[in-house]
Amino acid sequence: MATFEITTRSVKGELKTDTMILNMGPQHPSTHGVLRLELVVDGEIIVDVIPHIGYLHRCFEKHAEQMTNYQQVIPYVDRMDYVAAMGNELAYVLAVEKLMGIEVPERVQYIRVIMAELQRIASHLLAIGTYGLDLGAFTPFLWCFREREKILDMFEITCGARLLYNYIWIGGLSHDLPSDFGKKLKDFLKTFPKALKEINDLLTFNKIFIDRTANIGVLPADVAINYGCSGPMLRGSGVKFDLRKNEPYLVYDRFEFDVPIGEGKMGTVGDCWDRYYVRVREMEESLKIIEQAWEQLPPGDVHAAIPKKARPPQGEVYFRTENPRGELGFYIISDGHTSSPFRVKARAPSFVNLSVLPEISRGYMIADLVAILGSVDIVLGEVDR
Amino acid sequence: MQASEIYERIKSKFEDAIVEFKADAIVEPYLEVKPDRIREICEFLRDEPELAFDYLMCLSGVDYANGALGVVYHIYSMKHGHRFVLKVKVPVENPVVQSVESVWKSANWHEREAYDMFGIIFDGHPDLRRILMPYDWPEGSYPLRKDFQVPEFYNGMKIPY
Amino acid sequence: MPEILNMLIASVIPLLFILVYAVVILWVEIKVASHVQDRLGYMYTGGFHGWAQPIADLLKLLTKEHITPANSDKILFTLAPFVVFAGSYAAYAALPFTSTFIAANLNVGIFYIIAITSFVVIGILMAGWSSNNKYSLFGAMRSVAQIVSYEIPTALSILTVVIVAGTLNLQEVCQMQKGGLFNWNIFKYPPFMLITFLIYFIASLAEVNRTPFDIPEAESELVAGYHTEYTGMKFAMFYLAEYANMFLVSGISAILFFGGWDSPFGEFLSGPAWGVFWFVSKGLFFVFLQIMLRWTLPRLRVDQLMYVSWKVLTPISFVNIMAVGLWAILK
Repeated sequence: MATFEITTRSVKGELKTDTMILNMGPQHPSTHGVLRLELVVDGEIIVDVIPHIGYLHRCFEKHAEQMTNYQQVIPYVDRMDYVAAMGNELAYVLAVEKLMGIEVPERVQYIRVIMAELQRIASHLLAIGTYGLDLGAFTPFLWCFREREKILDMFEITCGARLLYNYIWIGGLSHDLPSDFGKKLKDFLKTFPKALKEINDLLTFNKIFIDRTANIGVLPADVAINYGCSGPMLRGSGVKFDLRKNEPYLVYDRFEFDVPIGEGKMGTVGDCWDRYYVRVREMEESLKIIEQAWEQLPPGDVHAAIPKKARPPQGEVYFRTENPRGELGFYIISDGHTSSPFRVKARAPSFVNLSVLPEISRGYMIADLVAILGSVDIVLGEVDR
Repeated sequence: MQASEIYERIKSKFEDAIVEFKADAIVEPYLEVKPDRIREICEFLRDEPELAFDYLMCLSGVDYANGALGVVYHIYSMKHGHRFVLKVKVPVENPVVQSVESVWKSANWHEREAYDMFGIIFDGHPDLRRILMPYDWPEGSYPLRKDFQVPEFYNGMKIPY
Repeated sequence: MPEILNMLIASVIPLLFILVYAVVILWVEIKVASHVQDRLGYMYTGGFHGWAQPIADLLKLLTKEHITPANSDKILFTLAPFVVFAGSYAAYAALPFTSTFIAANLNVGIFYIIAITSFVVIGILMAGWSSNNKYSLFGAMRSVAQIVSYEIPTALSILTVVIVAGTLNLQEVCQMQKGGLFNWNIFKYPPFMLITFLIYFIASLAEVNRTPFDIPEAESELVAGYHTEYTGMKFAMFYLAEYANMFLVSGISAILFFGGWDSPFGEFLSGPAWGVFWFVSKGLFFVFLQIMLRWTLPRLRVDQLMYVSWKVLTPISFVNIMAVGLWAILK
């Protein structure tokens, strides 16, 4: 176990002070899961943060090696980032399809885009709602969840599950869209901008909220790139990098949408408010993508390209997609003669984003740590796998 | 830049550190290097202006079941938009690899995870300890190895049901 | 004999009022919270919109076990909730519920209230320290810092009203505002009395530890702050004390600025019995305002809280008091 020395500073004439080690333990209302943060504090100022993870480790990678075929790994992948499960399935399935060289029909690609963008909106709504809750604003949390319920409704009528879908399969999808999906989607597209405006009025431009989050947890762009941050964390620091534009997958290159970046509107570039506002604006962009995708949706059969048995050739692939939390990458090694994976490594965005937490929270107060942790937006299922 | 050009650049400086360059691998070509030279090569890759590999996408440990462990590095350049794959293989008896934590800070946690799951020692890592398994998990027991046996007891609790 | 009987009745009436009011206001708070958050809230207990839910909560709390943490200071731990409640209950003695009823007609009424509510601070510190829990200690220290800092703008704005009224006796302050809406203190010396009221309202929010100043009980940072380790009836005492405090400061603002038990229509609907109605409604209105604020705003950080108190409210109240004083002299 790592040991820490309690530092004492005794300068002639100055009062001798000790730093205190405070434990924000595995059970805590705002650590978004079972995360243990060991804080070395001097009064209220944080001297160091040591995150301890592994409380939710479920040996996903070992399980994946024991499965009899690649299709069976998909429910496990769901449960990594249980808040935004469609994104996980998408990344894994696209990696396997690249390894096997499968071409999926256009309809499947469009539906996958719609599902992924809806999932992005749902995940950002949760991030924003719980962020307000961490800072003491109880009401936007419920308004965000009301909108999220509408999205989860749509998922439920399509594949039967609200949170963990097993919907995107290798080579296609498990079910086609039901007949009332279009109506629900159109209703949602009409009412969501109004709800977003209400949430903005209440939280985003609220002076107290801005005071709590601006100039807090500033992450410079070069530090972010060196630490491997991705997603809204990276874009909040002003780096215009989005995998949907830089390395387009599926049919993202056919849509017109913006990539919002942090501009330091309320404070420094790369502070918590910037990351939060990037998420708010990404929801608006996702709405645009969904509208365009729905108009261009071609007819077809979603089960056409699903292979009888997924048997990739010997080789390995690393494929990454833009998850709501960042860049989710799967590194899959296949040895060619068995039908179960040889090695599946999931590069989870929250795992890498969390490693930058000690760097950006030195010198701030404990109340700020809650704000910084909320802006990193982690899900412990991904961090620990 | 294509992978073969990047390989030529590396070959021109580190001819003796290269083990193999597989240009026809599925899905993308990779370069295997010696485990005690990986840090210099990575520094070169990061600092050379035309290569500018400033982003480490993923660092994974692998257990090749024939008595070798390996580490795979996927790197990317934000400036130029090209990517590259590096590999390192070490024997199970002496799995020591140079750490690239000083080159990309994101390698810190990735290498801790590779150590935790495979037992690969990273030489030069500032804080190499277990990250996902509990701190008192027995030394020498690395879960993701192919020959891993689940220990019978852990802290007095019987593990296999 | 009648002396003691008088004292007993005078002290039981505010207590009964607090108990009934707390049950009602619990229901109101949750219902307001639910409707602000676009949901329904209590619906089932007792039939219509769950009116019996707070009573059920009270019965449940009565039956819970009293857990005392190990290594805690047992005497302080047990005494703390009662000290907190006593601090705010004792202040009810000087509140004039109507023109003919005031539990203790003190000549130093408002001064006594400011002094006795400082007991609450001691109680909170006792609770935080004796829980043997770093988080509770943090919550208690923050609360002490907050309450002590905000007592200054509170006292200064009360002092402004005292300058206008010329007396510390709360019953006389109410008598001076008799005569309807435009005789109330808030319309005198415009706009300074309005500013005074605003300062008092904000500072009193901090005195009762309500959002946006609820750092001491910040749920998402310190679990529950200084009352983390309390269970059962002791926890209920803290809650009761908080609600009693809320009505206390609302009642004081009603008395000082809005005429107390005076009817806004002057002679119409006035009288000793109507006085109670008007006083309680004005108090409840401000309590309702405090509840609405809680569910709308996020909370301030501890240093921002201190900043607001020392660098914003205190200077403004100093300027205010000088302006009102000068105006009163020159009149």
